[in-house]
Amino acid sequence: MSVRDPSLDGEWLDEATTHARLEKTWSAAPGLWGWLTTLDHKRIGVRYIVTAFVFFALAGLLAFVMRLQLARAENHLVGPDLYNQLFTMHGSTMMFLFAVPIMEAIAVYLVPLMVGTRAIAFPRLLAFSYWIYLFGGMMLWIAFLLNVGPDAGWFAYTPLSGPQYSPGKRVDIWAQMITYTELSGIAVAICVIGTILKQRAPGMALNRMPLFVWAMLVMSFMVLFAMPSVMIASTFLIMDRLVGTHFYNPAEGGDSLLWQHLFWFFGHPEVYIIFIPALGMVSSIVATFARRPVFAYPLMVLALLATGLFAFGLWVHHMFATGLPRLGNSFYTAASMVISIPTGIQIFSWIATMWLGRPRFTTPLLFVVGFIVVFVVGGLTGVMLASVPLDLQLHDTYFVVGHFHYVLIGGAVFPLLGAVYYWFPKVTGRLLDERLGKLNFWLLFVGFNITFLPMHYLGLAGMPRRIYTYSAGLGWDGLNLLETGGAVLIALSMLLLAFNVVKSARGGAMAGANPWNADTLEWATPSPPPTFNFNHIPLATGSHPLWDAERLQVMRGLKLDERELVLTSVLDARPDLREPSVPPSIWPLLAAIAVGTMFLTSIFTPWAVVVGMVPIAITLTAWFWPKGRPEEEGER
Amino acid sequence: MSARDDTHERPLQFAGDLSHLPAHGHSHRSLTWWGMMGLICVEGTALALAVVAYLYLSGHETAWPPHRLLPSASWGTAFTIIVLLSFGPNLLLNRRAEQEQLGPVRVWLVVMTVVGFLLVAIRSFEFAAMHVVWSDSAYGSIVITLLGLHTVHLVTDLYDTAVLTVLMFTRHANSGRRFVDVAENAIYWNFVIYVWLPIYVLLYFAPRWL
Repeated sequence: MSVRDPSLDGEWLDEATTHARLEKTWSAAPGLWGWLTTLDHKRIGVRYIVTAFVFFALAGLLAFVMRLQLARAENHLVGPDLYNQLFTMHGSTMMFLFAVPIMEAIAVYLVPLMVGTRAIAFPRLLAFSYWIYLFGGMMLWIAFLLNVGPDAGWFAYTPLSGPQYSPGKRVDIWAQMITYTELSGIAVAICVIGTILKQRAPGMALNRMPLFVWAMLVMSFMVLFAMPSVMIASTFLIMDRLVGTHFYNPAEGGDSLLWQHLFWFFGHPEVYIIFIPALGMVSSIVATFARRPVFAYPLMVLALLATGLFAFGLWVHHMFATGLPRLGNSFYTAASMVISIPTGIQIFSWIATMWLGRPRFTTPLLFVVGFIVVFVVGGLTGVMLASVPLDLQLHDTYFVVGHFHYVLIGGAVFPLLGAVYYWFPKVTGRLLDERLGKLNFWLLFVGFNITFLPMHYLGLAGMPRRIYTYSAGLGWDGLNLLETGGAVLIALSMLLLAFNVVKSARGGAMAGANPWNADTLEWATPSPPPTFNFNHIPLATGSHPLWDAERLQVMRGLKLDERELVLTSVLDARPDLREPSVPPSIWPLLAAIAVGTMFLTSIFTPWAVVVGMVPIAITLTAWFWPKGRPEEEGER
Repeated sequence: MSARDDTHERPLQFAGDLSHLPAHGHSHRSLTWWGMMGLICVEGTALALAVVAYLYLSGHETAWPPHRLLPSASWGTAFTIIVLLSFGPNLLLNRRAEQEQLGPVRVWLVVMTVVGFLLVAIRSFEFAAMHVVWSDSAYGSIVITLLGLHTVHLVTDLYDTAVLTVLMFTRHANSGRRFVDVAENAIYWNFVIYVWLPIYVLLYFAPRWL
């Protein structure tokens, strides 16, 4: 028992006073200035989520136009040039501006709450990452609206994307969009890793950490090792295009396949960067609605780690048709099949959890069941494609398009929408409408299967990817029309989701702190959570803090009038240091403007890289230079 | 699922005290140390992939370099010797920063800034000593890019060190957190030293051996 120090939190102050004083310390300035300078991970997280869903809607719209174009043979709704831009923009937006950012955004919002800390690690870096992401996305889409949208496919294979076959600025825009989004993705990964390794609530040893947090940790480490590959690849590409290097130019000793190696060394882990966070969401939802802990926790953690590791060993299965040595192909076939084992372990564990529990089939759990069904189909066609002879037949056909939409929509979008229904009450304080939610699920589930299941058959029947139209009489007409009908159902389900979100945000049922009776710490604080997350730092006495004891164990002794949090040891989460958290700052935005301007102008002149370093150096120095606040000075 | 009171509905139990904890710590106890390690992972991966690209491209040529004009190693060797010698003062800087001794920290920061400028000056001669430009061939592209990537690290860390040197002569130096910053900057310099060694071997000797 320490002294009753009124500058610290503890039982000597009532909860309302504690709350008020923390609110005064942690709140951002009001109005626009506060909006631009806030470092609150929840506000930035929501901003990220909303932006990513806007890009999701835009990319979905492009997909819908493609489906309309393909609805009948020899259609003239869009021409070949626009069609090339459509599928390139659809894939690039979905992968780089929606899928990875939305998964990271959900980590940004939830991880600090789930590990029981007051703020995210490196909040200025987080704010910077959002602005960079926003600028990169805007650049891509404004270019598209100006008819300078990239048109060489989302993986921009050389030599098609090289200076000889893609003159103009289209591919430069694509390559630089990569630079923005990967920089932003790496920055968020570092924030998430710092938060998870050093800011867990006292007592939350690694073996008590929620599976969701494990998933986000594995995803973040994968980002650190995968994204540099695509940054190197796209830097080589843009240098080939702008300053005359020859990385991918065979005439001068370069090699186009170098692009494919570098791209897929990133691109394959990328799929798991999107998928692993979804696994974390599924584990949270299954545990809550089966009303019991997830079956075989240690195996689940090992499966996540194994998936993260194996994901780096199978990139060559994207390149079976390039004529690589046969022995190498066999290795990558085996590796591609091996990765289905940890995924299988997790699927059986969730089924066992539901089997042993008392499941409540609310909307989030429906989306999880939908995920299991759709993803297993996608996984099985994946095992088929892992075999070289079959892959050589099916490469570049609609079978592949069907396969990866089952994996990506099934593996990521279904769990994500389950997560939206599950955590919406935490973010807004109100529940989404259950009836609309169930309708939303069934429309999507039926529409999705109508759209993408026939693609497998069309691929077997010889329909190639990326064709803007086809002749009548090839036997493809009927199924293509059916798929377009499915796309209408998907569009309706998404409109229904948007309607549900708008309606429930205003008039949904009040949620309270823990509407689902869940076990993890984000539910131990009001909905929506206060700026500082928790009145007192929780103490994790077990793996399920809200199920284990009726009374929540908390720690006393952090400052009330300065932004302060606690750092704990990496493995056992023993309390180690009191760490100040920086106050709101405009410099992340200004630094992002400086960096973004440099990236954009470098497309037009390489000198922009040199000149642009000056404002970047100035803004970063001002960012780090202490402003004399107690949080920055610390104690001596 | 009915509406509930939106405040803390769970009774609390105070189970421990955090007020006695120190306000900063060095090495892996520090949060920024982990952030820096994350950056080192990212940059190390990028450099490793550039090295792989070098080896990949070299395997495609019958002669490496294709025009058989070997780089002159003298500037690169001078750079390597000085960068290895900088390990000593850098270690002392790191130690003194962890012991939070302001006087020696200032001295070694100035020394490391001077060493940084010296290395950047030598580096500017290395580009010419490659006897190739990036637009000559894929060999020229990867050689200049590898050297450029390391130079970016060199210049960035020199700039960081210079800013920290100025900072440590202001009133802001009177803070434990500043010493953490200085110590971590010194650790980052070690990274700049380590990654140079494989690049040095690759740039100057691989063409002689491959």
